[in-house]
Amino acid sequence: MAIESAFFADQILFIVLPYLSLISFLFVSIRRYFRQTFTYSSLSSQFLENQQHFWAVVPFHYGIILLFVGHLAAFLVPRTVLAWNSVPLRLYILEAAAFVFGVLTFVGLVSIVVRRFSDPKVKLVTSPADWVILAMFGVQIFTGLYTAVFHGWGSSWFAASVTPYLWSLFTLNPDITPIVAMPWMVKLHIIGAYIMFAFFPFTRLVHVLVVPNPYLWRKPQVVRWYGIKRLLRSR
Amino acid sequence: MNVRSQISMVFHLDKCIGCHTCSIACKNVWTDRRGTEYMWWNNVETKPGTGYPTKWEDQEKYRGGWEKQDDRLRLKSTTKFRTVTDIFHNPSGASMDDYYEPWTYKYADLFNAPEGSDQPTAMPISMVTGEYINVEAGPNWDDDLGGSPVYAANDPNLEGLTEVQRQQLFAIERLVFFYFPRICNHCLNPGCVAACPSGALYKRGEDGIVLIDQKRCRGWRACVAACPYKKTFYNWSTGKSEKCILCFPRVETGQAPACFHSCVGRIRYLGVLLYDADRIEDVARSEDAGLIDAHRSMILNPHDPAVVEAARQNGIHDAVIQSAQQSPVYKFVKEWKIALPPHIEFRTLPMLFYVPPMSPVMASSEEGMVKSVSDDFFHDIEQARVPLQFLGNLFGAGHQAKVVYALKKQKAIRTYRRALTVGDISMDVARRMLTEADCSPEEAEAIYNLTSLCTFDDRFVIPPAHREEAIEMMLDPHEHRASTGFGFVDAPKRGL
Ligand code: SF4
Repeated sequence: MAIESAFFADQILFIVLPYLSLISFLFVSIRRYFRQTFTYSSLSSQFLENQQHFWAVVPFHYGIILLFVGHLAAFLVPRTVLAWNSVPLRLYILEAAAFVFGVLTFVGLVSIVVRRFSDPKVKLVTSPADWVILAMFGVQIFTGLYTAVFHGWGSSWFAASVTPYLWSLFTLNPDITPIVAMPWMVKLHIIGAYIMFAFFPFTRLVHVLVVPNPYLWRKPQVVRWYGIKRLLRSR
Repeated sequence: MNVRSQISMVFHLDKCIGCHTCSIACKNVWTDRRGTEYMWWNNVETKPGTGYPTKWEDQEKYRGGWEKQDDRLRLKSTTKFRTVTDIFHNPSGASMDDYYEPWTYKYADLFNAPEGSDQPTAMPISMVTGEYINVEAGPNWDDDLGGSPVYAANDPNLEGLTEVQRQQLFAIERLVFFYFPRICNHCLNPGCVAACPSGALYKRGEDGIVLIDQKRCRGWRACVAACPYKKTFYNWSTGKSEKCILCFPRVETGQAPACFHSCVGRIRYLGVLLYDADRIEDVARSEDAGLIDAHRSMILNPHDPAVVEAARQNGIHDAVIQSAQQSPVYKFVKEWKIALPPHIEFRTLPMLFYVPPMSPVMASSEEGMVKSVSDDFFHDIEQARVPLQFLGNLFGAGHQAKVVYALKKQKAIRTYRRALTVGDISMDVARRMLTEADCSPEEAEAIYNLTSLCTFDDRFVIPPAHREEAIEMMLDPHEHRASTGFGFVDAPKRGL
């Protein structure tokens, strides 16, 4: 009986939740982009406080981006990751690097929270949603670092066990067997990620979706024409 | 030849009385909102002075504008690569401290204070936090402080002035200053547009007004850093950048922008210039000394049939071409050559031009005595109380020649008019001065008229906007009935 209800909970958390979160992520982000385009902004507060900003925001962003890329790589190219890890030294390097980026993110996050609490102007432009995402990041980084320390070689077992599970979700043929046996801290990390994705489009995190990309290729000057002339000119 | 039309401006500095009416008109119309309190799309500075934001002309500090590097132009604030790596923290980002923290007063205390032995006071409170603040700086903190060792002495334009000239500028009884009203220059090679990572900034093809697409702006603030005139601002409340829009809703309906309309000194002129857009890059790359001439040369003669034909080819409406032919700006800039772009060495090719001020000539002090005007009322330009090098730094990319030309002409016209109306100067002398200043009597009359007797319609020759050709109008107008402006407008509300 107990086993069955645990299995039921796992099904809710690792099958239903990810789909719900994906739907929320896609649907709300897109809807918000078209319905409330104006609200897509990085909402930078550097203008209000320019010193602590650097030491908080830069480590956080570099840390979190590299961690994200790491997770993405294990998901997209698990074989390459496993092949890389087959040499112990390379495995150590990867694990150490991941841990360092985790710590970097953690330091950045703490500085961000301190800055948002201590500077009255920055505090003013901090919304409840901001506190929620900061807390979520806190949980993710804690569970992530804990996993890195106490359940080592994550880069390998992620690629070997979590990736198949994630792919099973994407191919609409969910198979949670590799997940159920995971330590609960790892489970927490995965569930936290789903909740973050679900909450993502309701927060300032949407700025991630509009990071500039055409900039690198476009010409320096931009001219816009209206009306008939625009049509004439496009010939 | 790729002819485009640009709504351009001339500010006649000799006429500015420093009343700040323009700034207030603009503030009341556009920047009286949360997050914009600190912005002055139009501001009036005292020169010499440090300006707003403090020392904005010092590009070692703010890194605005373009730099020439082995014949290539690059933004001083960033490169494409650095835009990506610095996206989290803008190293040249200005902060509120560079401007000032906006404040108001607790006026209610004047009425609600309990009875006591002291007068109630309205204490200053920050418009950002609402807390009491100690006001230490403001947007116009050095107003009229022309001789101040704290402000005026730090003016970046004093570079290259000799010690004697500086002394002369700050000597107590010879102390001199003038006013320098500033708005966005709606440049031809805008740094803000080039720097925007999101491509939110653009120049309107029809009239050259530079705007920020509020829906595409993501608040990276690269434009704030890249504009050397510091005329794009970050709205810290909505998380979007904003700038002077040259009151385009007014201009489109044939009205002068608010600051132009309200200008008490009537120093402002507005009209169309036709220019050759193919030459923008070349001109922006010319040598410092040749910049003004190059800039002038890309402005086309609207009476030249070839130009008119090319303009038509390019879809410029006949009414706009006609308007260009009557443009007061064309006369000041191209025909008379007495209006000069500010700091053209920033290489954004500004389209706002200034007629440099004659120094105050009414009185000077000599050996402790105030000497009044009479005989040498029209003293030599070289003896001007504002050192020419100062004006050269401001309006001539560090060179005096163009400024001297403009001042000589103005001075000759004054002499000429005085010979005509007062008669205490001989007409021969006046005419000789005119010839020396490269000015015919007819031109002198025309300049005199447009400077002193100009009506509203002389000053503002606004081209019809032809909004009927706008794409929005091609859609079903009934669909947009009762909506604000054209199409749908998002409420400018800060996102979560
Ligand atoms: S309103 Fe006109 S005269 Fe008054 S400060 Fe502004 S520009 Fe100068």
